Amino acid sequence: MSHSSSSSTTSHGSVKSYVTGLLLSLVLTVIPFAVVMSGALGTGTTVVVIAVTAVLQILVQLVMFMHMNTKADEGWNVMSFAFTLTILVLVVGGSLWIMQHLHLNMMIG
Amino acid sequence: MATNTLHHGATADAHEHHDASGTKVFGFWVYLMSDLVIFGSLFATYAVLMKGTAGGPTAADIFELPFVLVETFLLLVSSFTFGMGVLAMNADRINQVKAWLAITFVLGAAFVGMEIYEFQHLIHQGYGPDRSAFLSSFFTLVGTHGLHVTFGLIWILVMLVQLSTKGLNDMTRPRILCLSLFWHFLDIVWICVFSFVYLMGVL
Repeated sequence: MSHSSSSSTTSHGSVKSYVTGLLLSLVLTVIPFAVVMSGALGTGTTVVVIAVTAVLQILVQLVMFMHMNTKADEGWNVMSFAFTLTILVLVVGGSLWIMQHLHLNMMIG
Repeated sequence: MATNTLHHGATADAHEHHDASGTKVFGFWVYLMSDLVIFGSLFATYAVLMKGTAGGPTAADIFELPFVLVETFLLLVSSFTFGMGVLAMNADRINQVKAWLAITFVLGAAFVGMEIYEFQHLIHQGYGPDRSAFLSSFFTLVGTHGLHVTFGLIWILVMLVQLSTKGLNDMTRPRILCLSLFWHFLDIVWICVFSFVYLMGVL
C-alpha cells in the first residue's frame, strides 16, 4: 500500500514540478502579451514569438501538469497524443490550404 | 487453504483496482484527445472565417488584451491549485483536497464570469454572433471553451459533495484524477485561444 502511494506520488508530480510549471507558464504568458501590447517588434517577429511561446507553454503544461510521459500506460498517452496531433495538422492545415486556394481561384474568376 | 485463497483474492483485487483506475484515467485521456479534435476543427473554422467581417468590427476593434490577460491568469492559477489538490489527495489529506478544489472553483467561476461579461458587452454593442462570419466563429470557439469550463465547475461541485459523503476511495480518486486532466486540458486549449485568437487578432 505504501509502495503504491509512493509510486503514484512520483507519477503525479510534486509541489516542485507544479510550482516550476506555474512559473514557466507565467513567464511564457507575459512574454507574448508584452510583445503585442508594447508593439516593440515587427509583425512577423511578433507572430513567431506568439507561436513559439504558445507551443512551449503547451509542452510545459502537458509534462508538468498533465504528466504526459513515455513511461505511464506503456507510452500510450504519448502515442494517442501524437496521433491526435496528426489529425489536427490535417484538419487545420488542410482547411487553411484548401480555403486559400479557393479564395485565390475566386479572385481570378 | 481458504485463507490462502482469500488472501490471494484480496491481492488480485487490489491489483485490479489499481489497473482499473489506470484504465479509467487513460480512457478519459483518449476522450480528451477526441475533444482536442473538436477544438481543432473550431480553430480551423475561425482561421478560415476571421477575415469575413462583413463590414462589421474586426478582431483588433473589439479585443481588449488587459482583460484577456486577467482571464488567462485566473485559469492558469486555477490549473495550479487543482494540481495542489491532487498532491493533497496523494497524501490522503481530504480537507486540503476540498480546500484546493474550492479555490479552483472560485477562480474558474471568476473566469466564466468575465467571459459572460465580455460576450454580453459585445452583444450589447450589436457585435453578436449574428453580425458576421468572424463573430459567429469567434463566439462558437470561445463559447465552446467557456461551456467546457462551466461543466468542469459543475463537476468540481459534484466531487466536493462526493468527497463529503463518500470520502477518498477507489471510486472518488480516479474521478478527481480525470477531473484534474480535464481542467489542465482546458487551460491548454485556452493557451491556443489567447495566442491565436486574441493576440494574433489585434496585430
